Amino acid sequence: MNAMAQEQGHVVEPSTLLKVWAALVVLTGLLVAASLVSPALAVAAMLTLTPLKAGLVFYYFMHLKHEGPLLRGMVLAALTVLVVFIGMMFLDLAFR
Amino acid sequence: MSEPAHADYQGAKIGMWLFLFTELMLFGGLFLLYAAYRMLHPAEFHRASQELNAVIGVGNTLVLLTSSLFAALALTAVQQGRGEAGARWAALTACLGALFLMNKGLEWGAKFHHGIFPGSALVKAMPPGEGLFFGLYFTMTGLHALHVLIGVVLLAVVALLVKGGRVRQGDCVLLENAGLYWHLVDVIWIFLLPLFYLAA
Repeated sequence: MNAMAQEQGHVVEPSTLLKVWAALVVLTGLLVAASLVSPALAVAAMLTLTPLKAGLVFYYFMHLKHEGPLLRGMVLAALTVLVVFIGMMFLDLAFR
Repeated sequence: MSEPAHADYQGAKIGMWLFLFTELMLFGGLFLLYAAYRMLHPAEFHRASQELNAVIGVGNTLVLLTSSLFAALALTAVQQGRGEAGARWAALTACLGALFLMNKGLEWGAKFHHGIFPGSALVKAMPPGEGLFFGLYFTMTGLHALHVLIGVVLLAVVALLVKGGRVRQGDCVLLENAGLYWHLVDVIWIFLLPLFYLAA
C-alpha cells in the first residue's frame, strides 16, 4: 500500500478477529468439559488446548502472523528459554 | 525536502515485546514453582483446588477473552481510520477489565470470609501442599490482577487519546502496544484457569 500503512502494520479484519474469539470460547468449553470427565483427560486437555489458545492470541490478536522474521524469532527464542527452564525443572524433580 | 518526523514504529513495537518477555519470565518463574509443587503434592493440590469456584474462573475467562477481542477490534478500527469506533472499543475493553477485577474481588472476598487468606490460621493448619496451593493462588492471581488494573488504566487513557485524535490512523503504535500488553495479560489468565480452577 503506502508509507502510512507501513507505519501501522497489517490490518486484521474484524471478521477474522471474531472467528478467533469464537474458537477461543469453544476451546475454553472443551477444556472445562475435559476437566469434568476425568483427571487424566483434564491434564491432557490442559497441556494441549491451553497452549493452542495462547497460540491463537499470539498469532492473530497480537499480529505475530503478520510480523517479520526478527520479531517472530525473538518470541520463539523467549518461549524456548521458558520451555527449557520448565523442562529442566521436571528432569531434576523426576530423577532426584 | 521536509521529511515527516521519524517515529520508529518497528522500534517501539520491539521495545514493547522485550518488556513482555520480562513479564513472561516473571510469570514463568511462578508457573515453574506451581509445576514443581504440584508434582510433589498432587493430592493436596487436587483437594485445595476444589475450594475454588470454577464458575467464577470460567466466567472471568470469557470476560477476558472478549476484552481481548475488543482490544484487537479497537486497533483495527483506528488503523482503518474509524477513530470514534476505536475509542469506543478501547473504552469497552477497559470496562471488561474492571468487570474482571470486580469478580476477582468478590471471589477473594468470599475466600477471606471463609478464613482462607495468606497466613491465616486455617491456611497454616492445612497440610503443607494445600497451603502452598493457596499461597501460589493468591500470589499468581494477585500479580495478574495488578496487571489487569494497570491495563485498565492504560486502556482508558489510550481510549481518551484516540477520542481526542492524538492516537490515529498511521500513528497508533501506543494503542497497538497497549493492546499487546492486554493480550499478554489475557494469555497469562488462559494458563491460570486450568492450573487453579479446573485442577479438581
